[in-house]
Amino acid sequence: MMPSENGKPVMENVSAAAAPQVAAAVDAAIKAVGADRTRLMDIVQAVQQRLGYLPDEAIHTIATALGIHAVEVEDMVSFYAFPNREPKGRFHIRLSNTPVSLMKGAGDVAEAFARAVGVSIGGTSADGEFTVEWTSDIGMADQEPSALINGMVLTGLTPADPPDIIAKLRRGRTISTLPLFPGLDSQEGVVFPQARVASSLLQAGPIIFRQAGRGDGVRKALTLSPEGVIQEITKAKLRGRGGAGFPTGLKWKLCRQSPGDAHHVICNADEGEPGTFKDRVLLTEIPDVVFDGMTIAGYALGARHGYVYLRGEYAYLWNSLQAVLQNRRRLGLLGPNICGREGFDFDIRIQLGAGAYVCGEESALIESLEGKRGSPRDRPPFPTDRGYLQQPTAVNNVETLTCVARIMEKGNEWFTGYGTAESTGTKLMSVSGDCPHPGVYEVPFGITVNEFLDLIGALDAAFVQISGPSGQCVAPKDFGRRIAFEDISTGGSFMVFGADRDVLDVAHQFAEFFVAESCGWCTPCRVGTTLLQKNLEKIIDGRGTLADIAALEGLANTVTRMSRCGLGQTAPNPILTSMRNFPQAYEVKLQPEAFLPRVTLREALAEAIEVQGREPVAEEEEA
Amino acid sequence: MSEDKFTFTVDGIEIEAEAGQSIIQACDAAGVYIPRLCYHPDLEPAGHCRVCTCKIDGRRSSACTMPAAHGMVVESDTAELNGDRRILIEMLFAEGNHFCPSCEKSGDCELQALGYRLGMVAVTLPYLWPERELDATHPDIFIDRNRCILCSRCIRASRTEDGKTVFGFEGRGIHLRLNIDAKHLDETTLAAADKGVHVCPVGCIVIKRTGYRTPYGNRQFDQAPIGSEIEARRARPKRGVESK
Repeated sequence: MMPSENGKPVMENVSAAAAPQVAAAVDAAIKAVGADRTRLMDIVQAVQQRLGYLPDEAIHTIATALGIHAVEVEDMVSFYAFPNREPKGRFHIRLSNTPVSLMKGAGDVAEAFARAVGVSIGGTSADGEFTVEWTSDIGMADQEPSALINGMVLTGLTPADPPDIIAKLRRGRTISTLPLFPGLDSQEGVVFPQARVASSLLQAGPIIFRQAGRGDGVRKALTLSPEGVIQEITKAKLRGRGGAGFPTGLKWKLCRQSPGDAHHVICNADEGEPGTFKDRVLLTEIPDVVFDGMTIAGYALGARHGYVYLRGEYAYLWNSLQAVLQNRRRLGLLGPNICGREGFDFDIRIQLGAGAYVCGEESALIESLEGKRGSPRDRPPFPTDRGYLQQPTAVNNVETLTCVARIMEKGNEWFTGYGTAESTGTKLMSVSGDCPHPGVYEVPFGITVNEFLDLIGALDAAFVQISGPSGQCVAPKDFGRRIAFEDISTGGSFMVFGADRDVLDVAHQFAEFFVAESCGWCTPCRVGTTLLQKNLEKIIDGRGTLADIAALEGLANTVTRMSRCGLGQTAPNPILTSMRNFPQAYEVKLQPEAFLPRVTLREALAEAIEVQGREPVAEEEEA
Repeated sequence: MSEDKFTFTVDGIEIEAEAGQSIIQACDAAGVYIPRLCYHPDLEPAGHCRVCTCKIDGRRSSACTMPAAHGMVVESDTAELNGDRRILIEMLFAEGNHFCPSCEKSGDCELQALGYRLGMVAVTLPYLWPERELDATHPDIFIDRNRCILCSRCIRASRTEDGKTVFGFEGRGIHLRLNIDAKHLDETTLAAADKGVHVCPVGCIVIKRTGYRTPYGNRQFDQAPIGSEIEARRARPKRGVESK
């Protein structure tokens, strides 16, 4: 048997030495949230906060405390990007490897970090102080290159910054300022000028960013019956802002009608689509309006519990959001008898995610909220029938809930006065890439891509990726199309690419993104995303023929048709839409032969040559 | 027809079903075979392999997880669906390390049998050649993850049928692997009689000293294609339905 048989590092020494600390860390975590299997995510994050990683002993101690098997704890822990099963640096530096961050220079910044701590990217420094890694999008596309360091976000970095940052980090003690991550001690006089996430709200529109009093929407809702609230939302023709556009009123109606012991409201703040950051802006600028929306939902659905599923990358918002919630409890906008209404009890808990794009899918989010791996569920049953803890659950996007509050404040007729007949109201667009003013813009639905490009000052866009990797690559010939559910439906990610950007390069980076973020539950997505990447690489490497184009398209269509959830169903989009809109980008890479093998003979023999220590005798074959 | 019974059609064939049945359960009972791999009649469905995907009222869904409903129009045996199913089987062959000629499961292997049934001649996708682990520490059971197709049958059976939870997943995406509740298999409570051992559709979990008891050529799918045991049920119940 192989020594590293199960692929896990041997950590007996570490575990043995740390045993009392492990027990103390698990005890403290269990004390905080209870021996509750559904809170496994919090327990794991709290234990990692204390120990820096999760040794085998911690896994076993957690399992024992919860009365489950270690293999179940590992099942959950191993799914997410943030839990460490082996020791990592005291400071964990993560940069996102999206097309936008890379074109803004994240590659050089990452190299500079790696140089400053003396490791290659992906490694941990010998002194155990630093780990430098790539990660998927961190929600800062408007101010890349950015780095996530133990929950703290540093933005707008240049390759000159890392040495100074590293020197300051070395001096800093790790004292938690964040609830679940080892944070940085800001009381020590260590100041990071880059630790400032710009709001980036560049155009506040008439609906989402209108001025209103805290709790106005809730008080207005309480003048109606719960059914009346749902009717108002239905009349406003509000549709889900995450991108799918499901009618919110219908979702609520189905949820309310569904029998259950307890109904639940979930705010989906797992904003993981690369290029999207509008929920970050909402939770920074107007969190009270988001919570108004959730409270209104609680009233309409007869729910007593609301949950904000906040992506792990936004942990830096934790303290401010908790303060807002606390203030609302003080003002009687949360807790028992809200606004003096006898029997209307509602409160909100924030669940921090741990690095998994797929958890933005509502059923995966629910699984994750239950303390499990974030694999989507098969539907039916739909969450409105059996969602969180198998109870009727409405999962709504942050922006959708903001709209809910606004509709209550001003009425459905006012709301439908903006946008188009099928797409009412306004949409927040997250703009990044080759444009002078990246940020969030509130625009009415129905605006054309051209009009929007003019608005943001991107006058020579060669193509635009709308809705992130899972969306579409839009060419200038389609710039007359409208941003609306009936035309280009979008969650609001709008990445602009100039003439010197390579369509295939972007498609390839998105293909890598889906390989990294596929949950692996179903065959077509788990295997298909990797095969798509390989087939695309064959073409990019100049070894593709016309047959490979047909094979790539066929495979992409199978993955789209057979995958279990939206992630797999949309994973081939970057390839399919770039093929359709930029066939010439593929054509120039193709070889005239009927068929070319994936590797050259030399590459195929490389291992044998190394083992034998001699070159083949025969003449070199031609590549 | 009694109160809780209803009918729907699969490829134009009328199927009688009762409330609570999934499409695949109703079809199995009626003798209409829908290709499947991760589904096992004794276990909760999990929807991993997607081989049983059908077009149900025009929308694709897995037949193992979709409850049957009155009047549903299901398409299953179509060129497009079978083509996609064949690609899924190819994906599983490309993802792992499957060497049928030297595998003790050959002839009893559901993956191999589906390849034959769906007309897979060769794997047209690039092999991934992963490094997978073996575990031969258990006195009676052997695990060869080269052949694992991540169907979770063993995970489900060990949890719900054996009450042991010996198995679980680890990792995500293409790095997903079958994990066990200890460092090595001999440290677990797994026993050769466990359901979790016997539901493996491929040669990943095998019981020691039983290989090749039945010679190649005399095994289940050497005799008849996979699914024919279900199709054999058809003639009788269908006439029953028609006579009503």
